[in-house]
Amino acid sequence: MAAQRIVVVGASMGGLRAAEQLRAAGWTGRITLFGAEAHPPYNRPPLSKEALAGTVDFPSLALRRRSSVSDVEWRLGTTVTAARLHDRTLELGTGEQVAFDGLVAATGVRPRRLPLPGPAAGRHTVRTIDDADGLRAALLRPGVRVAVVGAGFIGCEVAATAIGLGAAEVTVIDPEPLPMLRPLGRPLAEVLLERHRERGVRFALGRTVTAFQGTDRVTGIVLDDGTELPADVVVEAVGSLPNTEWLAGNGLDLSDGVRTDELLRAGSLPHAVAVGDVARFPNARYDGVPRRVEHWSIPGDSAKHAAAALTAHLMGAEPDRAPFAPLPAFWSDQHGFRIQSFGAPSLGMDDIRVLEGSADKDITVGYHTHDRLVGVVALGGPKAMAGAARHRAGLLAQPAAA
Amino acid sequence: MKVVVDMNKCQDHGQCVFSAPEVFQLDDSGHLVYTSDPDEALRDQVEDAADVCPLQAITIED
Repeated sequence: MAAQRIVVVGASMGGLRAAEQLRAAGWTGRITLFGAEAHPPYNRPPLSKEALAGTVDFPSLALRRRSSVSDVEWRLGTTVTAARLHDRTLELGTGEQVAFDGLVAATGVRPRRLPLPGPAAGRHTVRTIDDADGLRAALLRPGVRVAVVGAGFIGCEVAATAIGLGAAEVTVIDPEPLPMLRPLGRPLAEVLLERHRERGVRFALGRTVTAFQGTDRVTGIVLDDGTELPADVVVEAVGSLPNTEWLAGNGLDLSDGVRTDELLRAGSLPHAVAVGDVARFPNARYDGVPRRVEHWSIPGDSAKHAAAALTAHLMGAEPDRAPFAPLPAFWSDQHGFRIQSFGAPSLGMDDIRVLEGSADKDITVGYHTHDRLVGVVALGGPKAMAGAARHRAGLLAQPAAA
Repeated sequence: MKVVVDMNKCQDHGQCVFSAPEVFQLDDSGHLVYTSDPDEALRDQVEDAADVCPLQAITIED
């Protein structure tokens, strides 16, 4: 009998961490990772910040690998077009078929695009090294005018980096009235808007893009109030779409990612798990509603949990039934300041209080449900970060919320 | 076990402190200080700390 094999589809952070955690869980069989990109696993957050700014080079973004995965097989630059989970077979873009015993879905997301016709040249997204490389070259052209569509994390980070690179004009467009309003809430979003404006970023808020201008390449955009905004570079930072098409036909719930149970198992299949951005999992720490979470910490946390469940199943053991209950955390660096979040601010948006500091320097804000702290966000420098870290322990210690 | 942090990369996120508080700390001004030769018993913690470093600045030289 051939050695048992686990296939990991997706060779970014979630895929790499899954391979490492399979070894940590005691899996000694074969592990094969398939990655559509030619690059070995790399760290994506710097793509809108340090790597875009040119303060770190692309090779240095490679993720550290544990020595335990020195024997895994890498199939980079290889697309998986389909998986037949019941037959335990993968189909590759080359037509090749690959048999497996267990599967980890780690295919992540791709950027959503504006559903508007227009020239392709001059329109950018930020997800891959190749994207960031192309955008950096465009931003370095003297006198460049930049329109950033979307005032979320990536949009705000790209706007800050573009200003830092000396772009002549940077305008951020968003239908919401404030930048990063949904993740941060009104008080911090107002502070953020002011800090961006002070540094030269312009905003068109409460506005959407209705058309691109230009024939061979983008020369501008048109907003829904008729405003024409000249732009040499348009960055589309309008969210993402999970890469799940290859899993179609298996009876899984693939509406907004791979729906998993509390052990990260896809559907109720014990030999298939999902990790990272593509997984839509219930978080037992909160309300148990399945959600996708595109935070940097999730690939690592989910890989640990999913690998343990998958390894236990394939080795004939009972999986540890402790449900997956990660503490959400995210950060963002914009201009010279950092935003650091712990917990679930989105569950406490109706009761936001300043815990420490003030808007003009370091500020730490708490989000409450029924008078209980459920999330904390700090904005500023090291002092604010230390404040957030102090509250993190309390958030971790809380029992699951009702 | 030998731990090396690339201080040119480190941006004092402090995620490593949560994973391995006996090895990594932030000083009063919020900057990272660490033990470069931690006890072997702390290896799992240090591996976790290296995993969660947002800048991937931590390496473990065996």
